[in-house]
Amino acid sequence: MDILRFATAGSVDDGKSTLIGRLLFDSKAVFTDQLESVERTSQLRGDLYTDLALLTDGLRAEREQGITIDVAYRYFATPRRKFIIADTPGHIQYTRNMVTGASTADLAVVLVDARKGLVEQSRRHATIVSLLRVPHIVLAINKMDLVDWSEEVFESIRTEFLEFATRLDFTDVTVIPLSALAGDNVVRRSSNMPWYEGASLLHHLENVYIASDRNLTDVRFPVQYVIRPQNGRGDYRAFAGQVVGGVLKPGDEVVVLPSGLPTRIRAIDTADGEVLEAYPPMSVTIRLDDELDVSRGDMICRQHNQPTVTQDIDAMVCWMDESELRAGQKYAIKHTTRTVRALINEVQYELDINSLHRSQSADSLGLNAIGRVRMRTTQPLLVDAYRRNRNTGGFIIIDEVTNRTVGAGVITDN
Amino acid sequence: MTEFHDAPRYGLSQLDYLESEAIFIIREVAAENEHPAMLFSGGKDSIVMLHLAVKAFAPGPVPFPVVHIDTGHNFAEVLEFRDRRVAELGIRLVVGSVQEAIDSGRIREGVGGSRNRIQTPVLLHTAEVNGFTALMGGARRDEEKSRAKERVFSFRDEFGQWDPKDQRPELWSLFNARINQGESMRVFPISNWTELDVWQYIAREKIEVPSIYYAHVRNVFLRNSMLFAVDRHLQPRSDEPVFTAKVRYRTVGDATLTAAVESEADTPEKVVMEVAGSRVTERGATRGDDRVSEAAMEDRKKEGYF
Repeated sequence: MDILRFATAGSVDDGKSTLIGRLLFDSKAVFTDQLESVERTSQLRGDLYTDLALLTDGLRAEREQGITIDVAYRYFATPRRKFIIADTPGHIQYTRNMVTGASTADLAVVLVDARKGLVEQSRRHATIVSLLRVPHIVLAINKMDLVDWSEEVFESIRTEFLEFATRLDFTDVTVIPLSALAGDNVVRRSSNMPWYEGASLLHHLENVYIASDRNLTDVRFPVQYVIRPQNGRGDYRAFAGQVVGGVLKPGDEVVVLPSGLPTRIRAIDTADGEVLEAYPPMSVTIRLDDELDVSRGDMICRQHNQPTVTQDIDAMVCWMDESELRAGQKYAIKHTTRTVRALINEVQYELDINSLHRSQSADSLGLNAIGRVRMRTTQPLLVDAYRRNRNTGGFIIIDEVTNRTVGAGVITDN
Repeated sequence: MTEFHDAPRYGLSQLDYLESEAIFIIREVAAENEHPAMLFSGGKDSIVMLHLAVKAFAPGPVPFPVVHIDTGHNFAEVLEFRDRRVAELGIRLVVGSVQEAIDSGRIREGVGGSRNRIQTPVLLHTAEVNGFTALMGGARRDEEKSRAKERVFSFRDEFGQWDPKDQRPELWSLFNARINQGESMRVFPISNWTELDVWQYIAREKIEVPSIYYAHVRNVFLRNSMLFAVDRHLQPRSDEPVFTAKVRYRTVGDATLTAAVESEADTPEKVVMEVAGSRVTERGATRGDDRVSEAAMEDRKKEGYF
């Protein structure tokens, strides 16, 4: 059994939490004590039906306001797959939490209310999902019961979205009409929409093919920790980390960056013994043939397939802090297992998420803004374009005084 | 056809995925935090977490001590297990004693003798006097709804408090472990595991856990429709008849608050089957402490509880 991580996104009141509640409920992943508690709360509030959204809204403030503030992670399994759901907030002021949930997702479900169609938040979320290159996206057109299960409404929203999506970067888009409240097309196919011939949401989630989403071509092994027992096995020296690209095997000729020194993989260790190959996202420990100076933040890769070693970074940045990003400011950048300082050279443009228009006049990025930024780092980073590898192409920006994570960036091509 | 067969070859099973993720997180703590420590109570989640820590640094030693906040109301089997495991690994154990804190007048026992809430100041005090800047805990997001909201690297201010409305964004596996003087991190390496994952892993790895996790015959009595064991810390009232039953513990916390469940599961494999079929969450079934209010856990966590 494998794992599918998916994120749900959409505007306030589009029914995300209800949809997840429904998925959990209909796949029998809700426990009786959880359900009793939700029923009690629903009754106390005088709801007409049991509000399944209460299953995921975990904070007191969320239940009081009926909104989702932060990502809630939920777990369920069917005989086919284990699922990790990141239920992300719709409110614009919590966009950073939506980004958190989407960054690790294999698939994103963007909900829209059939009565309202695409709104600014739907476009923003689709744009972020595209920017983060979540490999699969589902546009779930919810509340179909409130538009009389109309195929016309569905078609017009679908067309509008696909048109918007042509200007984004999606590889796999699926559009599903559903009613989270009533359960239509969530777990089972709905008899209310005979015109829809596709799969139910759960069926799609169980079957979407994700094995080819990981990069198995470019060998990338960021060194995370040097293992050197002080007593006993004094000769043992090896490099622990998680494979983020390619397949490594004992005997492979490799180079260690940034030094560029060549060597060979002697063995790939795990606590359970040596393995014959390592691939993403395995955590392993690598022994090399030669005694090289290797430390955290270095990267092991193949001689003829190396990341770019550079101090000049061009990236799309999603800004997540109240303080603005401006040219001339300095931050810490964490990229793979390497942390360096960076100077912001230039904000090249801000992206209008509705029109996807690039505003060249922008010289700063405010909270929740997305724009292209050029920066120079004090030490070289070992980077790939994010489209090639999510691990070696993404970084976070940290304010060195407050230590807050203030932004996230994805490295663009060139 | 070939494509289909390629998939499992370079895909990880759910347990391998979760193990790899947890090992990455534990190594990241050791690499980025100056004085980390790992909570170890002798409960199944912390046993699994410590097992992962051993794996993360093999063949080297675990590069941090373990910490236990001892309420003084623990099950004897669990304390015995804790000490034995720590001795086997040759790892340093730091115990923060709630009893000692009460005796010295640093804290006062709550109404009804519950020591759940007063663990928090003892935990914060223990971390402070030992200079721990990061504490790893075995909490899982599937346990409880405020835990479902927590980051893997969860920031605590200088009072040890959690602000659920202002958590740091946490993207990809780029964890921001940076703190200023006086602040600290709580880190949850098995955030994404469920109770079932934990038991499947215990079965697969043949990890030893305290005997009370498996079905055994015990003297029990009913209180708030839960089965409590007669224990040196917990005696039945006169209207609570004692009877014997075959039970096991799904969680092992404070012996005065943790209930047993009727069970025939006396091996890890049978526990896996039982957990897979269970219709009640482990905390709902066994924990008196979470029944106070809908936000009981959230309120305790804000104060610095794990």
